[in-house]
Amino acid sequence: MIPQANLTFIAPIKAGRVDDLRNLLLSMNRVRGVADPENTLIPFSQLDEVHFARLVILDDPTASDVRAFHLPLPNYPIYLALFCDFDGELDIFLTKLVNCSSAGLTQIFEHCEGFSQNVDLRAWIKQHHHEPATSYVNWVGRTMLQVREEAALRLTIRTWLDAEDLRTKLPLRQLHGELRAYIASEQRAGRLRLTPAPETPLRWEIRNIAHLIGVPLLLLLLLPLLIVYAPFFIFQLRWRERRDPEIAPRPDPAYANQLAILEDHDVTNQFSAFGSVKPGLFRRWTLVYILWLINYTTRHIFNRGRLARVTTIHFAHWVFLDNKKRLFFASNYDGSLDSYMDDFINKVAFGLNVVFSNGIGYPTTNWLVLDGAKDEQKFKYFIRRHELPTEVWYNGHPGLTALDLQRNSLIRQGLENSAMSDSQLQEWVQLL
Amino acid sequence: MTKPSSIDFADIQGLVRFGYGSLTEASFLLLQVRDALAARAWLASAPVSNAVALTQAPDTALQVAFTCEGLRSLGLEEDILAAFSAEFYAGMTGDESRSRRLGDTGANSPQYWQWGAKGKIPHLAVMLYAKENLLEGWAQSVRGQHWDDAFEVLDCLPTSNLFGVEPFGFADGISQPTLDWNQERQVKGDELAYGNLVSLGEFLLGYPNEYGKYTDRPLLPVNESTTNLPSAEDKPDLRDLGRNGSYLVFRQLAQDVRRFWRFMDERAGSDPQARQELAEMFVGRRQNGQPLVDLKKEPIDGIDPENAPLNQFTFDGDASGRHCPLGAHIRRANPRTCDLSGASDNLFSKLKHMLGFGENDYGQDVIASTRFHRLLRRGREYGPGLSVQDALQPAPENDAERGIHFISLGANISRQFEFVQNAWVMSSKFGGLTGESDPLLGNREPIPGCPVTNTFSITQANGAKRHITTVPQFITVRGGAYFFLPGIRALRFIAGA
Repeated sequence: MIPQANLTFIAPIKAGRVDDLRNLLLSMNRVRGVADPENTLIPFSQLDEVHFARLVILDDPTASDVRAFHLPLPNYPIYLALFCDFDGELDIFLTKLVNCSSAGLTQIFEHCEGFSQNVDLRAWIKQHHHEPATSYVNWVGRTMLQVREEAALRLTIRTWLDAEDLRTKLPLRQLHGELRAYIASEQRAGRLRLTPAPETPLRWEIRNIAHLIGVPLLLLLLLPLLIVYAPFFIFQLRWRERRDPEIAPRPDPAYANQLAILEDHDVTNQFSAFGSVKPGLFRRWTLVYILWLINYTTRHIFNRGRLARVTTIHFAHWVFLDNKKRLFFASNYDGSLDSYMDDFINKVAFGLNVVFSNGIGYPTTNWLVLDGAKDEQKFKYFIRRHELPTEVWYNGHPGLTALDLQRNSLIRQGLENSAMSDSQLQEWVQLL
Repeated sequence: MTKPSSIDFADIQGLVRFGYGSLTEASFLLLQVRDALAARAWLASAPVSNAVALTQAPDTALQVAFTCEGLRSLGLEEDILAAFSAEFYAGMTGDESRSRRLGDTGANSPQYWQWGAKGKIPHLAVMLYAKENLLEGWAQSVRGQHWDDAFEVLDCLPTSNLFGVEPFGFADGISQPTLDWNQERQVKGDELAYGNLVSLGEFLLGYPNEYGKYTDRPLLPVNESTTNLPSAEDKPDLRDLGRNGSYLVFRQLAQDVRRFWRFMDERAGSDPQARQELAEMFVGRRQNGQPLVDLKKEPIDGIDPENAPLNQFTFDGDASGRHCPLGAHIRRANPRTCDLSGASDNLFSKLKHMLGFGENDYGQDVIASTRFHRLLRRGREYGPGLSVQDALQPAPENDAERGIHFISLGANISRQFEFVQNAWVMSSKFGGLTGESDPLLGNREPIPGCPVTNTFSITQANGAKRHITTVPQFITVRGGAYFFLPGIRALRFIAGA
């Protein structure tokens, strides 16, 4: 198995260069909202291990919300973010990225602080890599190679079935056997490839197991402290929950429209959102702790197609900025934004609440998990208001939802399994 | 939550409560305001029908609804308009991304519409209903003296009475939500069973919705002009322009009945029974309305016994689609899912399901909970009826257009109509399927990475799916707009604006 990794590059943009940079980034698109895979700056089509990539200018229109806490308007820089989700290791990916797009990257990074023509691009990018506080990968270990091969496999199977209706009426064992023979012949003829899963890198495996055990151990050690602190925590939390202001006005129609232009060109969409953490150490460290816990669950529990009940998220990252005073969130999800938000409200409101209620203006929660997102309209306004237009968005497998990818993998597993039970066979044939 | 107040049926337009089924004649006038003063004068005295139940059905009825442009042309201020929902404010054809979401692309693009696209957006819909032979007279008497000064007729949409059957020949309008007029519904947490009784606030503005919240709508300060408006239940200091009103989604859908039955005939090898069965699988019901899945033994909340033979069912027992294809029209339009699929009523089971450990098989628990996405349908057919036999005959020259004036009511266009249209009906990825959209309504347009969306899959007895390929487009959008169907007092306020 090859695990997925991410590049989360973030660097401040030079004063006065934001508009130039935005125009440059927009030139990478085929249409607004869809990157041209062959664009000359970063030719994504040459990076065949990339699942998703985006370039976003992080200019938070809600930064002045801190005034609700009687704080002066902070002077944050405007950042450029370059995120990529890919197979394999960051170092190897960076070499490949720089090799195929050094001129383009230089042209982009010239707009950033601290960049000069003669820096080592690879080192400079790595220096600006911000490890996300939490990352979610829909299916750890599913590579782009696998995605492509399995999509082709499904299409081949379906074409074979559709060529003669009678084939779909065959007894299941016979159908399975004939398909195995047909696919084998297609492979021999070189029309189809099904590359076996490679070995999991040992270093990754060891680190993963250490994390799997280490976090609960650490929690166990901290337990006495947590128990003692719990009443104080609850008191502080409830005190704040009663006072923290909600800032969720209707988003400006022009702004909402600008975001909508970028959406629904594909069955998958991007989402980028930015906001300030509520001032004070209490919220900041609550958020750090919660994201650390969630990261444990996404790494070890929710790594097989579901984030709790949600099956539509491909990749998501939460990244702290500016001394953990701000949080940037980026995700790739299936369906339209409204159905994404409805999914959130109805299926994982508690999960959203524990994270985003630490952000300024979030609809009021109770006991950290209750209410909040359940205030449907305020929540949707809050989300839209904090969303940023994603200047460039690339999807390595357009037209394929996370469920499609899962189904295609299951089809392959069933095909390669010559000893399925009757009930397994029954389930398998329904996927075709 | 505020204590529910009693319902003032005299302040609600009748269409919310009644389908006016006994008024078999109807026509819809799409108007633009020529003179705001004259238009307001007509509105001030228009005999708009309310929702008070009468012992005997009336002979005639009149309903009036406005687009955002219409309210603007009548002089409502911009900040009031902007307080309506964003979808209403932008309009059905307001931006390309909305058209993409609604499937209004290709042959469905607004640029080809008879009405509803830029320049042809109606200001108001005047909806006339009457008993047989009374419509013409009713239309005359409704006009009154200001009419010609007030309005320019953009289009006049006639309807026809096909006796409860839509143009393809299927019984229609069977599944409708039951409105909680008694305001008895108390939603506490996740609902573990599909129910058909829906909070009033899902269909009428100014009442709590399925989330127990009030949908945003224009609330105005108390002054001379607003004094006759009802006060807002959640903010008693303000007057509620939305209360007792609803949004009305109107789409004119042309149905190619000949193409539909010819396709079925061709794929069924001209066998009449196979042809009918194939068409019934597309719909998910028999032509007489009987569902393809078995009825449930236990009753469903909000479905009364007389409706049970056609409606007392869910798709829970047919996860494989062997009885009713997974992408059949009625499964997409109303999947009858609950909040927490598969969970039983104890804390452990609920928690397990909430965290995603309950329904782990492929395709389980992927369709959103239905109660937040219901449509109250009030559509009418148009064009002459056409039997299956006639549909298979060569078309005469100048064959008439036939179809449906799809009309649905709801308090939240985005969460109701747009969601159902986008995530369920038009989606080529509904419920874990791929390469197929609604077998009746789909536009068959390719999408990036998905060149084929014109398939329909049928699960056979052995579990394998048979694909009906290259299904043509049967239904084309000819027009559409988002309207606001105000309460009666709100209507008089608009008239006096």
